[in-house]
Amino acid sequence: MIIVQNLNKSFDGRQVLCDINVEFLNGQTNLIIGQSGSGKTVLMNNIVGLLQPEAGHILYDGRDITVMSKKERTLLRREMGMLFQGSALFDSMTVLDNVMFPLDMFSTMNYKERKKRAQFCLDRVNMLEAQDKFPNELSGGMQKRTAIARAIAMEPHYLFCDEPNSGLDPKTSIVIDKLISDITHENNITTVVNTHDMNSVIGIGENILFIDNGRKAWQGSNKDVLTSDNKQLNDFIFASEFSKQLRQDIIANMQ
Amino acid sequence: MIRKRLQTLGEYLILMGRTFQRPERMRMFFKKYYQEVMNLGINSIGIVLLISLFIGAVICIQIKLNIQSIWMPTWTSGYTTREIMLLEFSSAIMCLILAGKVGSNIASEIGTMRITQQIDALEIMGVNSASHIILPKIAALVSFVPILVTFSVAAGIAGAYCTAYFAHIITPTDLTLGLQHSFTPWFFWMGVIKSLFFAFIIASVSSYYGYNVKGGSIEVGKASTTAVVSCSILILFSDIFLTQLLST
Repeated sequence: MIIVQNLNKSFDGRQVLCDINVEFLNGQTNLIIGQSGSGKTVLMNNIVGLLQPEAGHILYDGRDITVMSKKERTLLRREMGMLFQGSALFDSMTVLDNVMFPLDMFSTMNYKERKKRAQFCLDRVNMLEAQDKFPNELSGGMQKRTAIARAIAMEPHYLFCDEPNSGLDPKTSIVIDKLISDITHENNITTVVNTHDMNSVIGIGENILFIDNGRKAWQGSNKDVLTSDNKQLNDFIFASEFSKQLRQDIIANMQ
Repeated sequence: MIRKRLQTLGEYLILMGRTFQRPERMRMFFKKYYQEVMNLGINSIGIVLLISLFIGAVICIQIKLNIQSIWMPTWTSGYTTREIMLLEFSSAIMCLILAGKVGSNIASEIGTMRITQQIDALEIMGVNSASHIILPKIAALVSFVPILVTFSVAAGIAGAYCTAYFAHIITPTDLTLGLQHSFTPWFFWMGVIKSLFFAFIIASVSSYYGYNVKGGSIEVGKASTTAVVSCSILILFSDIFLTQLLST
């Protein structure tokens, strides 16, 4: 479980995150949603330690990353896996080498064991056949799947996904969402997904945090989203006339 | 202006502090080191040989046709060609050329890694990204540059022989006499020592500019240009001090 307490962050005097308090639960797909520029990515970068908050605490199962020494933080990071918006695969390495990289760096396995583990992870995301290809030979969805395989190679306790569906078609997005959700439940890990894809919200959002202008505006599950009377949330999720009508129909059917 | 320069220097020193730390896995370090030797060193041999060959030939022609006169010894052209190649061209000028080729390569490669979040990915994994990316580049270039200096000297002399055998501007005997006249082995080592410093400047300064890129592809291009300009200026300045230091 990850607990964020009273988190504040500003850039050049502009407050980007204001007093964020939230719990990301173990074995669940936790979503951070909000408009572009609302502070989602800044929040995630603070949580993983790429940015240092001005105030507040971030507890990883009781361990506060904001007060850790560099060495302790490095060790904690080895328990994390992260899927970046642009996949962030290493251009000079094949798909297999990318997935083997964290194992090469930190595991005590021999070469055969490392390769077997990497191939298992690639098989899990249906990328085994492309193991000898380079990232520039892959489609966006394949790159994302490879990045997921790399993120889970070290069997992380915490998985972070920054905009996993950006640039992907709806069908591929659903595949990626399902993969993230399945991996979370199979391995009982704490997954935090940063997204503004509404299919993800409805499909995999077990614990959703809605941020508006750097403040926590709402928290609940995907079931609560449909019935919430939070105006900011409804304006964000059901932005189009079609989706507004759809929501009204669903509520009417429920009654 | 001065404050900005001092800040840049401070950032550079901090980055070097992070770079010169024991690699997490020596096996991975040597793997990267080998790749960088191939990329930065072996791939530079061609351009070094080509430029040195022509410059060696041109120096020989220039000295013979435009400087050497009847009252000078016949070995003057060969002697001057050798000294220029050993003392300046194969170390300083060749490193200026390498600053353009290798420096821009390093800055743009690391800059692209930065903007595509590959460096962030390393940090999240708990890898010291500076040490993992920059240290093999510095080690590879510094260890390979003496070979490039040697190749450059040899190619320059081969170029001079080309003017003797193919253009008949100087006789091979006079050229050989000049090349062997008053040879001081220290001049070769001076070039090698200078090139070690220049190689460090090229690899570390270019890495600094690439590592600190913020933004997109335009900033990567700017970082690449800034890296080449900064390396060139630093090489020229340090050349003065090193030459003075090593010649006394």
